[in-house]
Amino acid sequence: MELIKLTDVKKYYEMGSQVVKALNGIDIVVNKNDYLAFIGSSGSGKSTMLNILGCLDKPTSGQYHLNGKNVEILDQNELSEIRNLEIGFIFQSFNLLPRANALDNVMQPLIYRSVGFRQRKNMAMEALSRVGLKDRIDHLPNQLSGGQRQRVAIARALVTHPSILLADEPTGNLDSRTTVEIMQLFDQLHEEGHTLIVVTHENEIAQHCHRIVEMKDGKIFSDTIAQRSKIEATA
Amino acid sequence: MFFAFLESSRSAFAAILANRLRSFLTTLGIIIGVASVIAVVSVTGGMSAFIGDSFASLGTNSLTIQSYTPFEDLMKGIRSRLTPADLELIEKRGEGIASITPILEANRSSQLKYGPQTAYSLIMGTTYAYQDVAQTYTEFGRFLAQADNITRRRIAVIGEDVRENLNLPENPVNEYVELSGEWFKIVGLLEPMGDVMGQSRDNIVLVPYSTMVSILGNQAQTDIGIQLSLTPTANLEVVTSQLTSLLRNAHDLSGSEDDDFRIQTAEQLMEQFDQILGTLTMVIAGIVSISLLVGGIGIMNIMLVSVTERTREIGICKAIGAKSHHILMQFLIEALLLSLLGGAIGLASGYGLGMLISNNIPDFPPASVPLWAAALALGFSGFVGVVFGILPAAKAANLDPIDALRYE
Ligand SMILES: Nc1ncnc2c1ncn2[C@@H]1O[C@H](COP(=O)(O)OP(=O)(O)O)[C@@H](O)[C@H]1O
Ligand SMILES: [Mg+2]
Repeated sequence: MELIKLTDVKKYYEMGSQVVKALNGIDIVVNKNDYLAFIGSSGSGKSTMLNILGCLDKPTSGQYHLNGKNVEILDQNELSEIRNLEIGFIFQSFNLLPRANALDNVMQPLIYRSVGFRQRKNMAMEALSRVGLKDRIDHLPNQLSGGQRQRVAIARALVTHPSILLADEPTGNLDSRTTVEIMQLFDQLHEEGHTLIVVTHENEIAQHCHRIVEMKDGKIFSDTIAQRSKIEATA
Repeated sequence: MFFAFLESSRSAFAAILANRLRSFLTTLGIIIGVASVIAVVSVTGGMSAFIGDSFASLGTNSLTIQSYTPFEDLMKGIRSRLTPADLELIEKRGEGIASITPILEANRSSQLKYGPQTAYSLIMGTTYAYQDVAQTYTEFGRFLAQADNITRRRIAVIGEDVRENLNLPENPVNEYVELSGEWFKIVGLLEPMGDVMGQSRDNIVLVPYSTMVSILGNQAQTDIGIQLSLTPTANLEVVTSQLTSLLRNAHDLSGSEDDDFRIQTAEQLMEQFDQILGTLTMVIAGIVSISLLVGGIGIMNIMLVSVTERTREIGICKAIGAKSHHILMQFLIEALLLSLLGGAIGLASGYGLGMLISNNIPDFPPASVPLWAAALALGFSGFVGVVFGILPAAKAANLDPIDALRYE
């Protein structure tokens, strides 16, 4: 099933007299339960791509259909609603609310859909136990390790049961052991039926994914289905 | 909507508590503004109710006539006077007058003696009619009588404070006190009348008018006061203007000269007082609105800082689904909460200050904050919070999510 469809999407930034073509004509289709990696050198447009897919940013031109819905005609508040309902973000720098503990951070997106406190807590507890952090719920972000913070962020992305999980360099701030743990968690989420899109510049991470899209200068350079994923190899 | 309100209040509280000292300093402007107005209102509120009562007790259909010397004449050594002849004239030709009495006061307190005790008190010469005009009654004994005046008897009616100061018995009638070297027999004790503006009205000795005249001697220099009460059908303004022309004629005043006397009603005295109080209230209102304005700007300033500091948080919230009104509400409620907190602290400390002031002035009525003042203070602080919170909150709500997330 087609979840995402981009048609000739362009994103230009005007820097004084110069125009930076961060995305320069992107056509891509992402299906349900895809496990996709965007790779490419720094500045090739991966983050811009992810921000547009996550409805955080709007393309300069082109069409974006999410779940069959034309997204680019929506205003800021409607985009907020789409992000809340359809998208789960996982950032390189975790982006947790610093004054809220793990539980409150995970409950936060549910506030915006007016879920009552009791149900909010149940859903958040479920998401936190899914990422193995049930015993850290009252810790503030600065009382958690990097890996634990990223797990909280993943729980926050999962708690709304989104259609897609978007991760921009999710392991960029983590050591190699934690990186493996997080990627194994991603593998499991994919197994459970989630659709995942991961931006990375590390090959080992891309190897976890089933489809690898390489970007270059704002364009898709190659789009390959991996013959052999790590999970299949170890299975 | 209510749900969003509830959630926003929760996080606003958390944000304020996270920065306790800063929150307190931010609201200081509002605290000081509200505290000062509540302190003044709590003190004057007690006072004005009290003074209103005292004036009402003076009687509403009585007139007081006193001589009046303009300042320039005072400098030249000229003094206007009301004389016994003026009194006689009014008694004969004044219309609509029920009772009339002269009042002759000593310039300063006089010494009184009773046994080994001495005390100082205001001595006032007047007639039996004073009882009607001033509505004072005796607790023991009798008031001055007409015969006392004619025969210049050495008798006195005293106030409660005098009795106390001289250690006179509970019922002092028939005791003798010494006044200006002469013995006066006490014939009556006045009912206590209380204070006006912290001044006791019970430290008083009433003697017959003619007796007073002879005590003071030198009758030519006498300047008397006249108090009169009107008949029930008399019109106050008609009586006033008739008396004015009577006295102007008697004093040979030409058309261009000002009156050398003043005719005033108890109501006019009260109006004067109300006017003073009104002016005071206006001044306070001015001070308060300025300090609330300053307080509001302080809140706006800190809220703008706070929005900038939390730009990234705002970005995160937007990324996970916060709409503009969620963010707007949160910052607006934070500003509202800050100013209401300031208002509440100001209310409490203002009341405390008022109590401190009124407790330290003897004979002052206790401070009291009327409910409307408390409600107005809180309402106004809340209003200030909303007005000055709008701008920062709107700034936060309109942030672009991607810019906010990227903010370092
Ligand atoms: N807000 C912006 N303003 C101007 N240029 C930008 C902005 N964001 C990204 N770019 C430019 O767009 C290009 C792609 O950036 P990005 O998508 O972040 O690359 P990647 O994530 O692959 O490293 C870069 O050349 C970058 O400088
Ligand atoms: Mg990037």
